[in-house]
Amino acid sequence: MLFKKGAEANLYLEEWHDRKVIMKRRLPKEYRTTELDEQIRFQRTIHESQAIHRAKEAGVPTPTIFMIDTVEATIIMEFVEGRQVKQILNGLPREEKLGLCHHIGMLIGRLHNHEIIHGDLTTSNMIQTQRGKVVLVDFGLSEQSKELEARGVDLHLMKRAFQSTHYKYAKECFKAVMEGYAVTVGTTTAKKVMEKIKEIEKRGRYISER
Amino acid sequence: MLQTSSSGSSYCLGIESTADDFSVGILSFDGKVLANVISAYIPEKGGIHPREAARHHVEVAGNVLAEAFERAGIKPRDMNIIAFSQGPGMGPCLRTGATAARALASYLGVPLVGVNHCVAHIEIGRLVTEAKDPVTLYVSGGNTIVAAFEESRYRIFGETLDIAVGNCLDVSLYVSGGNTIVAAFEESRYRIFGETLDIAVGNCLDVFAREAGFRQDATKPLGAMVEELASRGQTFFSLPYTVKGMDLSFSGLLTAAVQSLHEGKHRPEDVCLSLQEVAFSMLTEVTERALAHTEKPEVLLTGGVAANKRLQSMLKLIAEDHGARFCTVPKQFALDNGAMIAWTGILAYQHGMTVPIEKSFVKLKWRLDEVNVPWVDE
Repeated sequence: MLFKKGAEANLYLEEWHDRKVIMKRRLPKEYRTTELDEQIRFQRTIHESQAIHRAKEAGVPTPTIFMIDTVEATIIMEFVEGRQVKQILNGLPREEKLGLCHHIGMLIGRLHNHEIIHGDLTTSNMIQTQRGKVVLVDFGLSEQSKELEARGVDLHLMKRAFQSTHYKYAKECFKAVMEGYAVTVGTTTAKKVMEKIKEIEKRGRYISER
Repeated sequence: MLQTSSSGSSYCLGIESTADDFSVGILSFDGKVLANVISAYIPEKGGIHPREAARHHVEVAGNVLAEAFERAGIKPRDMNIIAFSQGPGMGPCLRTGATAARALASYLGVPLVGVNHCVAHIEIGRLVTEAKDPVTLYVSGGNTIVAAFEESRYRIFGETLDIAVGNCLDVSLYVSGGNTIVAAFEESRYRIFGETLDIAVGNCLDVFAREAGFRQDATKPLGAMVEELASRGQTFFSLPYTVKGMDLSFSGLLTAAVQSLHEGKHRPEDVCLSLQEVAFSMLTEVTERALAHTEKPEVLLTGGVAANKRLQSMLKLIAEDHGARFCTVPKQFALDNGAMIAWTGILAYQHGMTVPIEKSFVKLKWRLDEVNVPWVDE
């Protein structure tokens, strides 16, 4: 059953050996030349599986992977039942909202400590289970890097996500994320990354303070 | 109050001068383009030198204005408003257009309207393609932006003045005493879904073309030369593909493409082909994401790079895939042009958005998402 038709991949909710699984399939894109298309689909399938596994090692909840098919560019993984942070965040009481953001910041910090850059940190890629556990999904654009630049861009995207879908609370939410982040990466690193984020924002075109 | 000219119609003259083009457009208030005269500055070598471009603008301004009036068949006195592109762009260039606009407005005694260049690209695109609510991909030498209109209406209750409405929005609060509702207001803006983190895609292609030894001339832009060479390419090879979330980066791609060109391992045709394939696939991917996210009914392609047939074909495919109509803006309205400034000036004027001459400073870094566009949701 088609669960979600994304721009990059389709998610199917399937029964697989008596389990509810998500089958993530990167379908060929007609607009891309075949070589580039295969390269992108193959690489992203491999990268994503590796990153999901390594994130687990870093102590960040991610779906369990059951099978990888590089020819079909398909990953079969655990179906995480819960709600997207995107859906619940705006409706939470202030304290809980900031608590959740703080927790998310800690998770991002753990990823970065293990040189994992998520690459698409939005609140739709975070699922809160009924027990309150936050699971990070969609590592399709992730990369391995310990560069300050990569970490900065990663968090800059998180900030942008807050500004576009949670603009009322963007400032305080992002602040809470950075506080949680500082807990896992240490204040010195967090400060450096924060400076980097500011630098990246100024690099963007037509920022008035540049 | 609308002043009407002798023929019963109202007219707006728009001046565009953000970068290398100086252009004057004249439109009637019902959206008829009476004139759209463009004069391009072509550098002798290298890219645009802002001061040289501004000098060009000063030199041609008089003639371009005269030609616009002649083509439109009306007189300066028939103008009801003067619009100019107030930003974003290169300071010296913007100031030339602004100076001409101020002079005209004060001489004729009509209101002056400052227009955001990027908003104008979308508005003229909507006018000429009849797209109502598109995801816009605006690709040129200076800009690479994926934008769409998103309505945001919000209310502020009590003392919760801590709502920051995002760093990017600057918001004025109307406070009326009382404890229950302090303020309620509505706003409409275009939102940027993705943009370049470094150079614009048009700039990437231009710099590459110059490295490949091409020289710009009046008949053919550099991008068209790359396109032509790419069409003779046969073998694709891999170049850095950089999409970060919804944002794009072209500098690594440019460096790698220039390197492959100079190494000579690949034919120049194949380098052009691969460069185009990678750059345009990146643009298409991000546009598709915005389309999937917003579920808009149209995709609008505009800017100088919009003329590229390969890019058009890619976007057409994703538009069809999502049941959206694909609209390309015709060249004379996709390049920087005065008509788009005049049209957006009319829309803004009809919503009371005029600017006093003494406050009509140019805004070099005026972002698309900082502009209120109250005319969009009508």
